[in-house]
Amino acid sequence: MSKIAIVGVGQTTCTSSREDTFEEMVFEAATKALADAGAEVGDIDNVVTVSNDFWDGRTISSMAVQEAAGSWGKDVSTVEGDGTFGAFYGMMRILSGSFDTTLVVSHMKGSESIMNLITNAMFDPIYQRGLGIDATSAAALQARSYMAMSGATEEDFARVSVKNHGNARNNPYAQLPLKVSVRDVLASRKIAEPLKLLDCSPIGDGAAAIVLSNRKGLKRFKKDPVWIKGVAHCADAFNLGYRDLAKSRALKAAAKKAYKAAGIQKPLSDLDVAELYDAYSYMELMWYEGLGFAPEGKGYELIRSGATGMKGELPVNPSGGVLSSHPVLVAGMVRLVEATLQVRGEAGKRQVKGAKTALAHGINGPCGQAHCVFIVGA
Amino acid sequence: MTNWKDNVKNMIYSGRIKVPYLWNAGMTGSRFLTGIRDRKEIWGNRCPGCGRVYVPPVKSCGECFVPTDEWVRVSDTGVLESFTIVHYSHDMQPRKAPLAYGLIRLDGADGALLHLIGDTDFKKLKVGMKVQAVFAKERTGTIADIKHFAPV
Repeated sequence: MSKIAIVGVGQTTCTSSREDTFEEMVFEAATKALADAGAEVGDIDNVVTVSNDFWDGRTISSMAVQEAAGSWGKDVSTVEGDGTFGAFYGMMRILSGSFDTTLVVSHMKGSESIMNLITNAMFDPIYQRGLGIDATSAAALQARSYMAMSGATEEDFARVSVKNHGNARNNPYAQLPLKVSVRDVLASRKIAEPLKLLDCSPIGDGAAAIVLSNRKGLKRFKKDPVWIKGVAHCADAFNLGYRDLAKSRALKAAAKKAYKAAGIQKPLSDLDVAELYDAYSYMELMWYEGLGFAPEGKGYELIRSGATGMKGELPVNPSGGVLSSHPVLVAGMVRLVEATLQVRGEAGKRQVKGAKTALAHGINGPCGQAHCVFIVGA
Repeated sequence: MTNWKDNVKNMIYSGRIKVPYLWNAGMTGSRFLTGIRDRKEIWGNRCPGCGRVYVPPVKSCGECFVPTDEWVRVSDTGVLESFTIVHYSHDMQPRKAPLAYGLIRLDGADGALLHLIGDTDFKKLKVGMKVQAVFAKERTGTIADIKHFAPV
């Protein structure tokens, strides 16, 4: 592909509670992304904002964030979904031929509400909501289905938690860097069996932004472009019972398309680093399989062997992943920000040496109903 | 240099979003719910394309993208495909923790129905075990007319 480039990225630190309003957080992320690009707001042709009304506690939250996103006097549109989908849409806005550059911003103040109540409202109001199901109890059902299909164990889930919380210690933006053992994870408080506290991501506050450009727009920016080599997204059934919860066919389909565009044939060896949306520990193993890093049901082999550790064949979530910081909606965009930093060689202590090609992944809907896969490279 | 923010205490406003709302169950959903309420019968519908039987019934098949109009009665017993025991309590839950959810594939249906699990020692729950619907004594036309599923 290599038609659209990422020329600027910005992220705030993620915390359990920031005093900043979401406008201030978006302003911080957007100005960081513009500064990173060596650009000013006048270099931006159109703006995409990513937010969700229920999380923000107001309707049309996307419009309230516009001054912080630098969009006065510009074409703006909004995405209610993960930041990767916002970035994908921002790319399409340029490919439409109407614009040369896009700024995409996303924000979340998870600290201002109760995630269980908010995520309960994503379920069907007639058949499911009244049962009290939420993101975590639904994820627990998926974790159990996945264990039954794959033979992965709670220890394998714990290994993901140990790896990612440990990696987060190298990431100054992460909310929950921890040095923990498999035993610590297994002994942590039961939340929704088989998930324990340290299998679950901390919902928190954060914002992120990226600047996209086509070749024509590049002269406005000082930063070397990181090219979007391939990107695709795909959705599956909304109702948990109507889909095979243990196997993500939506991710397989999205990965296949993105790999084809990017010329990736053997993802485990062709990719240098991957940033995945591990809202719960078990998800990382499932996504290994959906992304073709491991055969179906064998994702646990990669975490047991250390293949996805910092010294492994394909380091996954050097940033600490979503398990270590989960500003919902923002988290997918942060994966893309991290992938960009990796291929630029600017990822600091979490840098994978010599990374040239990186994968970023986002999800949307209950239990990974929809997936977005980006392949980026210098 | 002093920062003016050092002398400001952050204000936090607390509130609730409470907005009346009506959710139409639709003709398909209403027939499903009244079947449970009036006769303790669970009905799904079959896709003419793939033959899949949906419970709860759907108005169209997501796989084949065709309308589904053939009603099929399914059993009130089925297989527990997955379950979780939840150890936290929040306002939206109908009962206090610990509570259990299951995905139940009813005999005669494809796919699984989400519901509560009860009348059992949660420690004995196993994927693949047989469970049966326990109907509420007083039924009002909601999904709670099935009180929960219990191991047979």
